[in-house]
Amino acid sequence: MEKRKLPEKPLPSPERKRLSKIKGDPYFSHKADIGIEVAGRTPEEAFVRMAEATFFLETDLSSVHPLQTVDISFREEDVELALPTWINRLLSESAIRGLVFCRFQLERSDGDWRGQAFGEPWRADHPRGIEVKGATLTLLSVRRRGGFWKARLVVDV
Amino acid sequence: MDLSLLEKLDDARWAPRPGPGGTREAVILFGTEPLLVAMDEKVLEQILNTSRLPGLAGPAMTMPDAHWGYGFPIGGVAAFDPEREGVISAGGVGFDISCGIRTIWTDLTLDQTRHTGNALADELFRRVPAGVGEESPLALSLPEMEKVMEQGAAWAVAHGYGEASDLVLIEEGGCMAGARPKEVSERAKLRQQKEMGTLGSGNHYLEVQVVDRILDPGTARAFGLEKDRILVSIHCGSRGLGHQVGTDFMMEFAREAARRGTKLPDRELACAPIRSTLGQAYIGAMNAAINVALANRQILSQSVREVLSRLYPGVKVRTLYDVSHNTCKEELHRIHGKPRRLWVHRKGATRALGPGHPFLPQAYRSVGQPVFVGGSMGTGSWIMAGVAESEALSFSSASHGAGRALSRHEALRRWNGREVKTDLESRGILIRSKSLRGIAEEAPGAYKDIDLVAEATEQAGLARRVAFLRPLVCLKG
Repeated sequence: MEKRKLPEKPLPSPERKRLSKIKGDPYFSHKADIGIEVAGRTPEEAFVRMAEATFFLETDLSSVHPLQTVDISFREEDVELALPTWINRLLSESAIRGLVFCRFQLERSDGDWRGQAFGEPWRADHPRGIEVKGATLTLLSVRRRGGFWKARLVVDV
Repeated sequence: MDLSLLEKLDDARWAPRPGPGGTREAVILFGTEPLLVAMDEKVLEQILNTSRLPGLAGPAMTMPDAHWGYGFPIGGVAAFDPEREGVISAGGVGFDISCGIRTIWTDLTLDQTRHTGNALADELFRRVPAGVGEESPLALSLPEMEKVMEQGAAWAVAHGYGEASDLVLIEEGGCMAGARPKEVSERAKLRQQKEMGTLGSGNHYLEVQVVDRILDPGTARAFGLEKDRILVSIHCGSRGLGHQVGTDFMMEFAREAARRGTKLPDRELACAPIRSTLGQAYIGAMNAAINVALANRQILSQSVREVLSRLYPGVKVRTLYDVSHNTCKEELHRIHGKPRRLWVHRKGATRALGPGHPFLPQAYRSVGQPVFVGGSMGTGSWIMAGVAESEALSFSSASHGAGRALSRHEALRRWNGREVKTDLESRGILIRSKSLRGIAEEAPGAYKDIDLVAEATEQAGLARRVAFLRPLVCLKG
């Protein structure tokens, strides 16, 4: 797992604006925890949106600077199981390294998934949301609908 | 829940209506009518799914505080017999393995803390890492983590966190046998290295409470409870390690089910035969996670002890009891009059041993085990006691908390964290949290009426009410 330092600068302004507005839309009710549903033109794009919505529960992503990069790769042929695998890898890397992530990239070739997460160590002035402990298999779904890929899961908080 | 789906067995026990030809499902739902009416129908669907897993012994059950969970409902209890190809399920334990409550007794009274509440709240908040992004000052090496997984709370006591006398007042004497750290992934161990002694987030809390009402004076005396006595309760579990163990095995069980072509009504019911290699690996890893949770609550208890000692020199502090509500344990029970060794899943359900049970510490042997039914920040909690008849009714299990009435999403829509905090402070309850979102999601109105849950638990014969605790200070992650 490579970790490298990037120049210290905040996210570009349009991206900060978009990330500061992830609010009600992707979330749905699950009694004890939180459901998330997102869409993308590809599964990879939907998975990136899912990562943003997940970490937005922990803090306002527009307050996070993408100063460090963490590479994430895994093999999973089942596209549905790949979604919780991706989110759980991000959450565990975040916990192990004490980082909060704000930006994500993901590519796949057959069942090989390669991604990157960008973020920085938690600072006292990051607004605190709630800790996401993991992605579950509850209501898990990754489906193509009308030219878009819809991805849904419930995160345990 | 639509009560027409159920048959009322008595005022606090229900069963699904028999199917065509009078076939009965092996399911019992405990709770009074108001609680059942308010319960999600998903609870019934989930417990029916659970009851159809291989090797079920006795009925699958839900406690009065049940709500929609993962695979199993929260508040679900189900026992499986390894002699009949019974299974173990990571979804039946929950992700936060061995989440539970430690209640600490103090010799302080309400009068002694009346003017020091803010100092106590601030000092506890400064001392106890709580919430997302907070790390423990204690960082353990991987070899040391392995010792924690093997020794549980005894590791913490040996390293200066608390006293040996605490251990007898913790389930399993503070150390779960059968832990196999080698079955725990390196990722799980790494995740826990900086999380020992942290509270976490979500519904976890550290609460200073006062004994407000006593319903069973004899048992209260045995527990050391009297009106206006100050207690401290800690609700948390095995933190990142437990969650990673749950995730790792859930995925492995799901992949194994796919390989075998097993069709499951819910992927989170993926499980393995108790006697299979995979089942035994999960049991070893789960037991290791239980020990991490027991050690975590022991470390947190020592933080409380030190804060109280600084603010109230000479204060006496001891563990009242520590019991988990997310576990699966091998226990001896009678099925149709015959003794069987069963694996009892309790997911959001507290083991509640009745008087005379040999596992109880001597101090509680004559009255039954303390059973903690944790409430929300604003409504208080109950201490109940285990009763002998629950062994036959529920494998000695009882409720674990108020249980959510509203989703987090709905709570966030209805309440604002700052307003909830101000409202609670106007009622004399001091809240400390870095997350206003967390406070809103945990607003007291998002939970069921704790009194109804405790009454129903008693009415069903699962445990009896001993004392009601009112919150004074609540730390949330």
